[in-house]
Amino acid sequence: MNTFKIGGVHPEPNKLTADRKIETLALPVQAVFPLSQHIGAPAVPCVQKGDTVRVGTRIAEPGGFMSASIHSSVSGKVAKIDSVIDASGVRKPAIFIDVEGDEWEPSIDRSDKLVLQSNKSREEIVECIKNAGIVGMGGACFPTHVKLCPPKECTIDTLIINAVECEPYLTADHRLMLEHSDEIIIGIKIILKVLGIDHAVIGIEANKPDAITLMRSKTSMVSGIEVMPLQMKYPQGGEKQLIEAVTGRQVPPPPALPANVGCVVQNVGTVFAVYEAVMKNKPLIERIVTVTGQDVKNPCNLKVRMGTPVSQLIEYAGGMPENTGKLISGGPMMGRPLLDDTAPVVKGTSGILMIPEADAIRRAERNCIRCAKCVQACPMGLEPYLLATASEASDWECAEENWIMSCIECGCCQSTCPSRRPLLDWVRLAKNRVGGIIRARNAKK
Amino acid sequence: MAQKLYITTSPHVHCGDTIERNMRWVIWALMPALFASFFMFGLGALIVTATSVLSCLFFEWFITRFLLKRPSTLGDLSAVITGILLAFNLPSNIPLYMIVVGALVAIGIGKMAFGGLGNNPFNPALVGRVFLLISFPARMTSWPVPHQLTAYTDAVTGATPMNLIGQIAGGNSAAADQLPGLGDLFLGNIGGCIGEVSALMLLIGFVILLCSKVITWHIPVSILGTVTVLTGIMWLINPVLYVNPLYHLCSGGLMLGAIFMATDYVTSPMTPKGMVWYGIGIGFLTVVIRYFGSYPEGMSFAILIMNAVTPLINNWCKPKRFGEAVK
Repeated sequence: MNTFKIGGVHPEPNKLTADRKIETLALPVQAVFPLSQHIGAPAVPCVQKGDTVRVGTRIAEPGGFMSASIHSSVSGKVAKIDSVIDASGVRKPAIFIDVEGDEWEPSIDRSDKLVLQSNKSREEIVECIKNAGIVGMGGACFPTHVKLCPPKECTIDTLIINAVECEPYLTADHRLMLEHSDEIIIGIKIILKVLGIDHAVIGIEANKPDAITLMRSKTSMVSGIEVMPLQMKYPQGGEKQLIEAVTGRQVPPPPALPANVGCVVQNVGTVFAVYEAVMKNKPLIERIVTVTGQDVKNPCNLKVRMGTPVSQLIEYAGGMPENTGKLISGGPMMGRPLLDDTAPVVKGTSGILMIPEADAIRRAERNCIRCAKCVQACPMGLEPYLLATASEASDWECAEENWIMSCIECGCCQSTCPSRRPLLDWVRLAKNRVGGIIRARNAKK
Repeated sequence: MAQKLYITTSPHVHCGDTIERNMRWVIWALMPALFASFFMFGLGALIVTATSVLSCLFFEWFITRFLLKRPSTLGDLSAVITGILLAFNLPSNIPLYMIVVGALVAIGIGKMAFGGLGNNPFNPALVGRVFLLISFPARMTSWPVPHQLTAYTDAVTGATPMNLIGQIAGGNSAAADQLPGLGDLFLGNIGGCIGEVSALMLLIGFVILLCSKVITWHIPVSILGTVTVLTGIMWLINPVLYVNPLYHLCSGGLMLGAIFMATDYVTSPMTPKGMVWYGIGIGFLTVVIRYFGSYPEGMSFAILIMNAVTPLINNWCKPKRFGEAVK
């Protein structure tokens, strides 16, 4: 079975919600839309306090080429344009909308009917995706329309659909495939058309046999779309790891892109959003979120309107367990900790994970015993112990020479360290500094 | 929301591995060889091993408590391993005070002087062993013959396979007749240091270390492979002077060193490629010392020399980076 070659770890999968059907969460009382939910420039509000909006009304426009619009997921009145502490832990500008009823923009097709054909041109499709505010739904939130327009000098030959979902606990993509496979296939065809190619591979980790069987049966009659089961290993769903697993090609270090090796990777959730945008004229206003944790009463997969406070999701799942010590947006390997449960669901919220206090506390760090397990675990072929030491000593040159900018922050090193060293913390710090040094150097040239 | 939340960066889960888990598995992996040594050397092996472990624990406790004034580090079990490995590298008839001196040098100079576990450049047990070898060469190079279960310092000593191999290489072909059979060598029915005699039991320990993922195959296999190739070439050139490579593999401290001493985390290289070069270096130096040095056995020196080279190996042997252009 295909896999990436270097390093990797095997965390407990803990897919508690794999068999839970997607349920629709009720509307919030107030929805909050941070203006930067994506990589790139923050969006610019195009509504004012007191304006009436409907579901699907655009409330913020892209703030630049690398940016995305934001749409209201509810109908009601704009209460204020203020700031909110989002999943990054930083206070950011946001639009607050008080919910009144559930009135949708009339242009949106709300029926369940599958739309198979569209006569939109490539340019129209890209425009449609851009107008729908679609970003990568796997968590990185890279604006999709930018990704679908690779640099001219790169020849793309393969579209890879990331349905790996290698993060423990999360099952949002898994459920989406089981319940919306037809839409996903159409979405893939749309993206193939945009890229002007005819070869797509859906990469699914082997722990989802039902999804593999279903997608295989759905694609058996479709030429050019292939389902590829992948070995269970974290970070199989990392973009570079997935490309290697599927095609055997390794993306060169930054600033090279997947397009440099002829690949475009899209998350399966993004593909679904593309289908809805192009065929149903529906902007990105809701997503699937896995609400889970070892002691959560009713772990579930929820279809949630953007802007819904996390507290409402937790309540639906039976409330936050007494012993909770950490609340995470995303999965346990790369997710971000939340300060409290008031943060809103945004485009990149793939899961809400509650970790018991006993597991939330970091144990005391001890001397590095040079066991080399971090070197064996690193999927990028780096030496985390060395990068962390260089970072501790502020030796940015050493960090740069040893490829620190290749780090994908997957957390394999830190999660295997028997001495419990905060390796990734140090690496992030150095990455930040070295990144600044490189930018300054390039600016001088 | 009543709960107090912790804020830390990712990753939020850990595989649960600890220093103690690794050390415990090393101790378990040493048990088959320890059992074999009790069977071969009886009381002597018991006294030497117990003394060595207790002395190492005492010195580590004493130094952390009174000289460094830090919390005790006995719980990480590394001192137990140093104690067992030091004992394994001693003959079973060595007097008590020598063991205590060896333990003091191993723990005090070999490890704590550098800052404790993780900072020592040389394998502590080997530092202790080589100190004793240089200080008490006579006692350190006379080994009891096996099966004197109640003897200690009064045990009858005899030539070990390593001595005989040296004599054969020196032109004394009569020594070849005294050489024990390969079966005895493999099982450990020979004279030698406490822990090194039974190749079979050490290999069982190797399997335990591999299965518990404490070490990888790189270092032991590259050492044993290098020794096999080099001694094999010499054997092919002149089978009268140079013995069959299988004798080399099963005699002296080669197995013990390759599986348990050279693989010490702290003093061995960090990348698979580095580990292979380190192993080749140890294998090469061992053969050179065994055939051309003045000591019959070269494993300890070979490992210590390569320990010193480890930082350079770490500098030279980088892992294969993801996306690195193929040269």
